[in-house]
Order: sequence, then structure tokens, then C-alpha cells
Amino acid sequence: MLKIEAVIRPEMASSIGLLLEEAGVGGYYMTNVTGKGNQKGVEVLTGRGTSTITRAAIPKTLITTVVSDDIKSKVIDVLISGAKSGEEGSIGDGKIFISKIEEVIRIRTKEKGKKAL
Amino acid sequence: MGDGNIAWMIVASALVLFMTPGLAFFYGGLVRAKNVISTMMYSFISMALISVVWVVWGYSLAFGSGGSFMGPFIGNFDYLFLDGVVTDPSTAAADLVFVVFQMMFAIITPALITGAFVERFKFSTYMLFIVLWVTLVYAPICHWVWASDGWLFARGALDFAGGTVVHLNAGIAALVAAFLVGKRRNGADGGIVAHNVPYVLLGASILWFGWFGFNAGSGLSANFTAVNAFLVTNTAAAAAALTWLVIGVIHTKKFSAVGAATGAVAGLVAITPASGFVDVAGALAIGVTVSMVCYFVAILMEKSPIDDALAVFGVHGVGGAWGALMTGIFAVEGIGGTAGLIEGNAAIVVEQLIAVLATLAYSGVATFIILKVLDVIPGLGLQEAENIEATGLDANVHGERGYIADGAD
Repeated sequence: MLKIEAVIRPEMASSIGLLLEEAGVGGYYMTNVTGKGNQKGVEVLTGRGTSTITRAAIPKTLITTVVSDDIKSKVIDVLISGAKSGEEGSIGDGKIFISKIEEVIRIRTKEKGKKAL
Repeated sequence: MGDGNIAWMIVASALVLFMTPGLAFFYGGLVRAKNVISTMMYSFISMALISVVWVVWGYSLAFGSGGSFMGPFIGNFDYLFLDGVVTDPSTAAADLVFVVFQMMFAIITPALITGAFVERFKFSTYMLFIVLWVTLVYAPICHWVWASDGWLFARGALDFAGGTVVHLNAGIAALVAAFLVGKRRNGADGGIVAHNVPYVLLGASILWFGWFGFNAGSGLSANFTAVNAFLVTNTAAAAAALTWLVIGVIHTKKFSAVGAATGAVAGLVAITPASGFVDVAGALAIGVTVSMVCYFVAILMEKSPIDDALAVFGVHGVGGAWGALMTGIFAVEGIGGTAGLIEGNAAIVVEQLIAVLATLAYSGVATFIILKVLDVIPGLGLQEAENIEATGLDANVHGERGYIADGAD
């Protein structure tokens, strides 16, 4: 089993959710985060709207899901196609992190492993 | 006074009171999330504190007759606990509704000052400060302008609804307070970003709404003057909001909501002294010019060493002074019985200038002295400790947070 975390543009989040379900993902959660990658900061108004400052941290959405190994490539394809902006993509589209998961347990039935996903 | 007038004044008083929670939302949205309760409480507690002060001794000091020597400057203690205000049953309602209406002005004026020192002023000292300030600064200036034996009243200076008494007075006190309390230690240089712009719009809208009681109630009658005041108040607020928005678009390329809200408030401030004396043309001119002036001042103040956090001096001080002077220029004899500069009465502009300068001087000096005294009293002091400022006044001073984020419901 694998944990797949993707930091993406917030405006891509709702469409990616649908794509993940189609790819066979049992569940996922999304978190509003702010942070800094290669993208430059964001300009915001300060004071009485009379001047602007640059905030380094940019709003992003973090999608987290745990899947069985056999749909790994499918899920990654879906995340890339859903999170990439335009044909070429652009700086700020995000990143995907994959790590191994030791165990998953469903609280209601105590089922373990793939059955619990 | 008549039943109709009494009915309108009861409603107008309630409208003016509603401005103070409106101000709480306006200021609350502009600060950081960790200080939203602290900022809103500065305004909210003024409703409780000053209501008591007003009925016990505030009204007496503001509207008692001070005798031939002190009379032009301050009232006496004849009306303590409002004793003796109502003497004749036939005028009882009129006498009492005036006390109520004026109370709401005394409540919002110290609350206006708080925008200058939000995110850092000690709450205990603050409560003492506004009691002293209403007693020693607000009541005398209110007496000068509105009591029948006040010296500015006798000179004939025009202040229909409190441009000098409320806004200029609060504005200069704010500048002095921001200077004495000191700068915010945490992040003030990088520019503070408003944490809840919908609150700012909600607050500005409530202020705009309540201002109809403030200005259209200040004639104490439901008549032509009141309706004209209503109309010019709305017109000036609209013109000023549009002007600020347009200047902002040219300057920052964004249609700032905070900017539009600030412009509306600046317009309301500037039309306040004028609302019983000018027509719609005057209101448009006042609305457009006050935003131009205040926008420029807001930019200047950002570069100044004084941390007037929410631009109280820029909007209420400068806007109040601008409105007082414009009242002298645009007053129309057919509206309020006094001609302004445009109708050939240059003398009135001089009277307006005297009223502005006297208010600036007295309020500035008296506020300075009050705060200096509070600063040296052991256990009081003005600025919160650095660690309290860093982690926010809400959790440390009030034991509450505006937005719970600990995972529980």
C-alpha cells in the first residue's frame, strides 16, 4: 500500500476529486495549506487598500490518499493530467509525494490491508 | 417637540448606538485573526462603560450650565445621575431623549480612537483611559460646540452632527495615542493584511446605515432639515466610496473592497458637520475631495514612524477637519440658514478654522497628558508585553479565540 500526497493548485482540487474516484481510489482527504515552492509569492493589498506587499506563502491544496500498489500508475496519471495547467504546464502546478504504508485498519470492522481501503 | 419628533429621535438614538458594533466589525476585520476579539471588545465595552459614565456625570459635564466663568468651557455637576434634567412634565420626553441621543455620540467617539492602537493596547488601562477621556476631553469639547453657553456655539461655528466634537476630536486623540503607545513589535513593518474583509464590508455598511441616525437625527426633528441631512449623507458616502475605489484602481490596479469601505467612511465623516447646511452639489464635492485628501494622507502615514494601525487620524482627523472647512465653503443659506464662502460669507470659514484648531490643540494636549499619567501609574502602562503581542491579545487577555482551530467542534 502506498500513501500518495499531492500539493496542487486549489482551483484544480474539485475536478481531481472526481478523477480519483474514477481511477478506483477508495477515499481521500483535502487540506487547505499555504507554502512556498519554486513559484514566486503572491501580491496582496495592505493598509486601507493603498499599497501592496508580497506574501511568500501561496495558498495550495494538499490531497492525501492511500491506495493499493496495483493502481499506483493510474492514480499518478490522473493527478498529473488533472493538476497540470494547459498543455505545457507552468511553475506552481505542484508536486506528488509517494511513500510506503505499513498497515491500514478499518475502525468499524477491524479489517486490515487492501480490504480496509 | 411633538410626538412625531420624539418617535424619530428614539429611532435615531438606536441607529447611532448600532454604529459602535458596526465599528467593531469594521476594525475587527482589518486586524489579524489573533486580535479580532480584542479589537472588537475595545468598541463593545465602550457601550457598557460610557453608558454608565454618561448617566452618572458625563451628561452633566457636557450639558450642565457652567455659570458665567466656566460656562463657555464645561458644564457643572447639577445633573449628576440625571437629577434635575426633567423638570417640566410637558417637555420631559424631549429633555430625556436628548440625553439618550447624546449618549450614543459619547459612546462611539472613544471607540473610534481604538483603531490607532489595536493589537497592543492594555485592556485594563484602556477601560480607565476612555472613562477619563470622555470626562476630560469629550465632555468639554461637546460643551463648547453644542451647549447653549459653549464658546464655539456662541461664535457661530457650524458643526451639525459632530465633525469636530466626534471625528476631529477622535482623530487627533488617535494620532497622539498611537505615538505614545508605541509601534506594534510584530510584523507592523511588513504591512498587516486584513484578516476578514467581509467583516470590514459588514462593519462599513452598518456604519453607513447608523449614520442616518447620527446626521438626520442631529436636527432633533423629523422635518426638511432631517431629510436633507439624510440625502446629503448618503450622497457624500457614495461619492467618496467611488472616488477612493477609482484612485485605488489607478494606483494598485485592484478594486479594493477595504478601499471602497474606507472611502465611504471618509465621506460620512466629512459630511457630518455639513449635513444640516449643504445641498446635494455640496455633498458630491465634499465626498469626492475628502477621498482624494484622505487617500494621499493614508499613503503618507504608511511611511511615518507613528503606527496608527487603522488610519484613524487619516480618515477621522483629516476627514473631520476637511469636512469642517468644506462646511464653511459649501453652506447654502436656503438649507441651514447660514451662507458659506461660495455665497459670499468668508467669515464663516474663519470660524470653522478656529473650531478645528481649538479642537486639535485641546484634544491633542489633554489626550497626551492622560496617557502619560496612565503610563507611569504602577500596574497600568500602555503597551502589552512583547510575548502577549506576538501570540495575540485574544488568547492572552480575553482567554478566547475568534476562530477555534484545535480539531474539536
